[in-house]
Amino acid sequence: MTLADVCVVACAEAWRGDGEILASPMGVIPTLGAKLAQATFAPGLLVSDGEAYLMRGKQFEGWLPYRLVFTVVANGRRHVMMGASQIDRYGNQNISCIGDWAHPTSQLLGVRGAPGNTINHPTSYFIPKHSPKSFVERVDMVCGLGYDRGAVELRRVVTNLAVLDFETDSRQMRLRSVHPGVSVDDVVAATGFALTIADSVPTTREPTAEELAIIAALDPAGSRESQLPRS
Amino acid sequence: MTQRDKTMTADEVVAELADGMTVGIGGWGSRRKPMALVRAILRSPLRDLTVVSYGGPDVGLLVAAGKVRKVVCGFVSLDTIPLEPHFRRARQDGRVELTELDEGMLYWGLLAAAHRLPFLPIRAGLGSDVMRVNPELMTVRSPYPDDEEFVAMPALKLDAALIHLNRADAHGNGQYLGPDPYFDDLFLLAADRRYLSCERLVPTAELIGPPQSMLVNRMMVDGVVETPRGAHFTSCVPDYDRDEAFQKEYAETDWDTFHARYLAGSEAEYQAATA
Repeated sequence: MTLADVCVVACAEAWRGDGEILASPMGVIPTLGAKLAQATFAPGLLVSDGEAYLMRGKQFEGWLPYRLVFTVVANGRRHVMMGASQIDRYGNQNISCIGDWAHPTSQLLGVRGAPGNTINHPTSYFIPKHSPKSFVERVDMVCGLGYDRGAVELRRVVTNLAVLDFETDSRQMRLRSVHPGVSVDDVVAATGFALTIADSVPTTREPTAEELAIIAALDPAGSRESQLPRS
Repeated sequence: MTQRDKTMTADEVVAELADGMTVGIGGWGSRRKPMALVRAILRSPLRDLTVVSYGGPDVGLLVAAGKVRKVVCGFVSLDTIPLEPHFRRARQDGRVELTELDEGMLYWGLLAAAHRLPFLPIRAGLGSDVMRVNPELMTVRSPYPDDEEFVAMPALKLDAALIHLNRADAHGNGQYLGPDPYFDDLFLLAADRRYLSCERLVPTAELIGPPQSMLVNRMMVDGVVETPRGAHFTSCVPDYDRDEAFQKEYAETDWDTFHARYLAGSEAEYQAATA
């Protein structure tokens, strides 16, 4: 079991209980998570191949070109897991640019579908490098909405250190679990704002033997390992 | 009665464009982009364009060559290379203006223009900084009892649209054979001048296959250009995949060097150099 395997399972857990909706994972580890969830505890999930096909494992089962994706977004039957270059305590997310929008020091992807996703349907995030640079007091450009700006549901934030959620009265970010070998202090030090932390923080669950076998079959080349920073 | 022959060359298409025009470009990211038409713009004196696109190397090339005043988009990406290097540099150097929209807002703006509506209501954008960086965007309230507020996404009207499909006839009937139509039909319907390049020009009778692959018909098209490998280096499946090695070279090579190596000559020379 590697840290990447723990992250894949933590991502998969975000979709638990979602039923027959579109899971839209961005990136290698969230994609493995969605496929693992579909193959195990969330068989109702629909998963795209990243182009226009819906795949049930290796079986083609439907067509979903981009224009229909936007209809599904507006319809609400979707749970996306995006990346975030910056995220704040309410879950406002930035993937557009760093610095002043008018004169960015670093141009990134652009807002993409983040505004529409977060106002229409559940959203989770995967952030491979948990650091004060990514967990910030204020994001430079609000792409995905936080709970203070109208997000309908922010389910989970999975990082290389921990799993976080917003299950607090104030809808501010809470430390849900720390990955095996990571301390609460490690997470606090890597977060640029005050997290809500319970007296006792559980450890993120480890993959089962069956899950490890499925992950290995989904990613035989081990490309998930290169998605995380070297510790 | 015979149908009008709309075939023309890429350079003839570009000669019908003018400085300052708003040009929509079909495809998505680094997928099925009308790259031969983009390369023809690079060879022309055109400038000050506003480019509306689900942005990929079309935007990068035009920005790098100094053809663009403003980009209207939700992203610019090479797919397998997430960040478009030339667009990125131009933004960081302040060389290009940007209207940054949610991807769904861009779709809605094209749909509004295609339907000759001034705007369409959409939830996407509300609460986000898209509203802050585009202060001209207005909201509208439902006139029905729900009273919900929406973004009034304005029509994205285009002076011209450029798209690339797998097959077409000389009259402007066009067919895509890949998995996704993207928004190419809407780009055409949103535009005053509509240009379609294709991998292969065929007689109408040879446009066979599922009827729903006929994305474009001749009332939507003013000019047709046959440009084999005309989407290179973006993907144009099933005719060819993205040229990943070449895309990597594009992304990693200094612009002047890349331009001198591949873009200084004709389309035929480009095709020979990249074959």
